[in-house]
Amino acid sequence: MNPPLLAVEHVMIRIGGLVAVSDLSFMVERGQVVSLIGPNGAGKTTAFNAITGYLRPRQGSIHFEGQEITGLTPERIAALGLVRSFQRTSIFGSSTVFDNALMALHLRGRAGLLAAFLPFSTQQEEERLREEAMTMLGFVGLLGRAGARADSLAYGEQRRLGIALAAAATPRLLLLDEPAAGLNPSETAECMALIRQLRDRGTTILLVEHDMAMVMRISDRIVVLNQGRIIADGPPEAIRRDPEVIRAYLGSAPQGGAHAAA
Amino acid sequence: MQQALQHLVNGTILGGTYALLGIGLTLIFGVMRVVNFTHGELYAFGAYMAYGLVALLRLDFYLSLLLATLLGTALGAAIELLLLRPLRRADIDSVMLAMIGAALVLQNANMWAWGGVAKLVPSPFAGTPLVFGPVSVMPLRLFVLGISCALLVGFWLLLERTRAGIAMRATFQDAETASLMGVRVGWVSTATFAIGSGLAAAAGALLGPVFMVSPTMGDLVGLKAFAIVILGGLGNLPGAVIGGFALGYVEEFGGGFLSTEYRDAFGFLLIILVLAVRPQGLVALKERVG
Amino acid sequence: MSALLGWGFVAAMAALPLVMPDPYLLAVLTSAGIFIIGAISLNLLLGYTGQLSLGHAAFFGLGAYASALTSLGFDIGIGFGHRLRLEPQPVAVGFLAAILVSGCFGWLLGRLAFRIRGAYFVIITICFAQVLRMVALNWVELTQGPMALVGIPPFALWLPGRGVVELYAKNQTYWLVLGVAVLAFLVVRQIVHSRIGRALVALRENETLARSVGIRVTHYLVIATVVSAAIAGAAGSLFAHYVRIVDPDVFLFIYTVTMVIMVITGGKGTLWGPVVGGLIFGPLPDMLRGSAPPEAQWIAYGLAMILLVMFLPRGIVPAVAGWLPARRAAAPLPAPAPSPVQGGAG
Repeated sequence: MNPPLLAVEHVMIRIGGLVAVSDLSFMVERGQVVSLIGPNGAGKTTAFNAITGYLRPRQGSIHFEGQEITGLTPERIAALGLVRSFQRTSIFGSSTVFDNALMALHLRGRAGLLAAFLPFSTQQEEERLREEAMTMLGFVGLLGRAGARADSLAYGEQRRLGIALAAAATPRLLLLDEPAAGLNPSETAECMALIRQLRDRGTTILLVEHDMAMVMRISDRIVVLNQGRIIADGPPEAIRRDPEVIRAYLGSAPQGGAHAAA
Repeated sequence: MQQALQHLVNGTILGGTYALLGIGLTLIFGVMRVVNFTHGELYAFGAYMAYGLVALLRLDFYLSLLLATLLGTALGAAIELLLLRPLRRADIDSVMLAMIGAALVLQNANMWAWGGVAKLVPSPFAGTPLVFGPVSVMPLRLFVLGISCALLVGFWLLLERTRAGIAMRATFQDAETASLMGVRVGWVSTATFAIGSGLAAAAGALLGPVFMVSPTMGDLVGLKAFAIVILGGLGNLPGAVIGGFALGYVEEFGGGFLSTEYRDAFGFLLIILVLAVRPQGLVALKERVG
Repeated sequence: MSALLGWGFVAAMAALPLVMPDPYLLAVLTSAGIFIIGAISLNLLLGYTGQLSLGHAAFFGLGAYASALTSLGFDIGIGFGHRLRLEPQPVAVGFLAAILVSGCFGWLLGRLAFRIRGAYFVIITICFAQVLRMVALNWVELTQGPMALVGIPPFALWLPGRGVVELYAKNQTYWLVLGVAVLAFLVVRQIVHSRIGRALVALRENETLARSVGIRVTHYLVIATVVSAAIAGAAGSLFAHYVRIVDPDVFLFIYTVTMVIMVITGGKGTLWGPVVGGLIFGPLPDMLRGSAPPEAQWIAYGLAMILLVMFLPRGIVPAVAGWLPARRAAAPLPAPAPSPVQGGAG
């Protein structure tokens, strides 16, 4: 029996003396879209930061494909095939969109210092990376903007580029932190289609998202976090009816149940 | 043992002025996020002003020290208004480069105005040491220590007890919130830079009669100020005082027991060691990810 | 700048001694060239990794001392009654030693310093140069301290048909420096245009994001520091065998400042920036020497630095590149800040 793709067990995280996440345990199986939801301040981004190595949990363990990744650096975790996107728009602003894609394909190349001085040895690799970059940009519909400076893109385009950067090196698990934040309905629909395509391509997705309509439609499973701990874990239909989830949402954030039926 | 006691006393005296240097630098970094490369040059400026007023204009010694400090404060205010204010929105590297440019201008202006020959500020104190048991101290050095401590206490009172001090501390903690609360951050910055510069000039004016005054001394002193501040943690006020005394002792004991030639190098080696071994303990600012 | 234009520039510089065999001009350009090599190396750190290294003179000085000592030989006590001796070696060996020693120290500093960033990094690099200067001043047995290392042999090259020739003539040294400068430029260009260069730029622009796509911060910054230090060491070696005297002042902050000014004037993070900046500021000291005291020169440098930061922060090359292509639309403006979206969780 294979271990789950991602196993988070009894993780506790403190930030500046405060317990941000008290006891977090959940799993992500291969091929699913799993959403991590919860009211503001529930600890979702903190959990993401811990899984991807930007924060070190005080207690507990995180395993990726059966290998312990607790406390590894973000770059090591990325190299293992676990990549995240960021809640705030995160791109390489003063480079072109195409160069952004090339930079994000770092893990798909191998050329080192010596290779820099032997151009012929890397020509093949460079060509392959360029092709992959174009494919990736086509995938998110930014091929036409390949030559533009990344910070000159419209907001929605920047968000898509951010997802493209995270997905570029074809990670096995992709963590998306509010990919639809600030998008209009048609852009949100595009974003959803993009996530489905990524899943169909074989990338497992762990999603943090506030747009409940989107979460309910796209997720295979939903994990609900409130005040640093998990209060529900199951398929969308079960979550929608879960009394504790409804109470948590009605008690705080306005986005909750009202949109859930959409 | 006797020797150790003597080093302890010398280290304390040196440490007092180092603390003055460090506290100004760390205050400026804390409030303004500016790495002030002109700090050492303001020290040199203070020393030269003291020399000019005492030796050339033949003013009263104590009055000269006061005037030198005030002139340093005014120069600091001018640098802030002319240089830092226009660069308020620039990134930290640009500001650092501009400050290095300013330091270069100040240092060479000193060189031009005063020539390369080192000067000694004449002082009214007796040249014979006071002897306390195993330890002997020059009266001038005791005076320096006394004034340094008085300035440190005065500075602490300013921060704790005055409106300006409260505004500074608020900006120190969170400039954005402070400005929302009605603190005029622009003027707080000017005042901060002026006071920090004044403390550096005071340190220079105080040590001018003890050591020689030379145009390039600002380089070394500036670096020592950084050493002090890093020892105590950049932006940490009590840390700067501790760091100042720590550097004073390290130099005094290192110079006394290990090697006189490398006396000045101990501080830098200490910085490199501290930064290499415990950088996480010193970096006070955390960044949010995501 | 296109490759053709670049090679044309190199050809013109190479032809200069034939067209204008003025020894003064060649001397000025030779010393400018040495500093341009230093600036090219600094640009790799300052421009492409975004790390403000203000101890670059350390690598320059290490190279100068390493090369001088290798070619002069030394005999020093290393404690416990042992002695370390080195017979004088050919200058070429000194040149390689300079690259090696500086590169090693670059690795050391890189490992130490890149755990910290920003102001701390700047300060640690300055301290590094200061400590080396004090060692050079006080380790008299090895370095002669303030008396300086004198009588350093000039460069010698093996030329086809003429055997080993010592380069006393101005034009020969000029060509040698030009050659090394071209090499240094090409090394930096190859790195910048490779996968490593992309990683460096990614780290400079957005370190958090770069790490998230698997770019190892320390690894790449250390690579950049080692290469940068090694090239600076080569420049130091050229300096030692050109001036033929090395004293502890090679570690002075002012040499670092000279290189920094060259880089930011020309445009940090552009390949031609240090060359353009170097051609402006390199010859300046020599030109001002007769008419103004050295203090005036440094005051001018200081003012230039302030004015550049205020009015031309990106440097000449990007500014010119921005004016030239009239057919391309005006430089793209940064996108307006996105409207604040719903508050972040956790």
